Amino acid sequence: MTIGLAHYLTVAAILFTLGIFGIFLNRKNVIIMLMSIELMLLAVSINFVAFSVFLNNLVGQAFAMFVLTVAAAEAAIMPMAPGTGIRRSA
Amino acid sequence: MIVQTILFYVFAAIAVASGVLVVSARNPVHSVLFLILAFFNAAGLFVLIGAEFLAMILVIVYVGAVAVLFLFVVMMLDIDFAELRSGFVRYLPIGSAIGVVLLAELVFLFLSWVGTPTGSSAPIGSATGGLALSNTRALGDLLYTRYLFAFQVAGLILLVAMIGAIVLTLRHRADVRRQSIAAQLARTRTQSVEVIKVPVGSGSR
Repeated sequence: MTIGLAHYLTVAAILFTLGIFGIFLNRKNVIIMLMSIELMLLAVSINFVAFSVFLNNLVGQAFAMFVLTVAAAEAAIMPMAPGTGIRRSA
Repeated sequence: MIVQTILFYVFAAIAVASGVLVVSARNPVHSVLFLILAFFNAAGLFVLIGAEFLAMILVIVYVGAVAVLFLFVVMMLDIDFAELRSGFVRYLPIGSAIGVVLLAELVFLFLSWVGTPTGSSAPIGSATGGLALSNTRALGDLLYTRYLFAFQVAGLILLVAMIGAIVLTLRHRADVRRQSIAAQLARTRTQSVEVIKVPVGSGSR
């Protein structure tokens, strides 16, 4: 059986749900909440790329790159947030 | 085609399994390592679907920079694992309820959508937007022409993040004597050198 768009969307949906689940599960640990957000952003970019390929339109990949950029900026700035403890120790 | 199918299921299964372990691992270092594994498998999915440039971006930027940054943060902090796990059981029911509801909504959406003509029967297009270019070249053509403004804004976001991280962590400690270059350069000869006439036999003061 050939792999269609629905397969990729299913994987992305499961990853996104896991991200939300992780945010609720690890309320005490800000770092794992951030990793859950990264997981959700990864699911969003999988969706972008899958639609881009199956609709034969490259714009989705361009915006998946912007999603990755914003995720990188967020990952750089968020460990300094109160609650992680990095500002106290560093 | 059968090889691609097998590879898709392998990559997808490992990505989902490592996603589960990211949110449920007992040790945060293990969570970061499983996050890296999930990113690698997502990159494999991207290669499989034909988006090579994004796959390489994912491996280089995400695994090489972001995940390793998380690893540094986790290892720099002294984490009390028992204290972190204390809310795990308490938040499990509400978290799993919300997760199951969201997943059910998405499954219903797919089930209602796959049956439509534009659903799963759509042919696999090329990742270059129908042009006879490589994926990277086509993406660059699009990004540097039509989306140049968005590209510049993305660069600005990264600059703001860099400055913000520096501002948040920089602090001037009062007990450390620092070099003041301006004060050093502003000194004149009259401020720093004094000529003293010493009478013979009286010694210096």
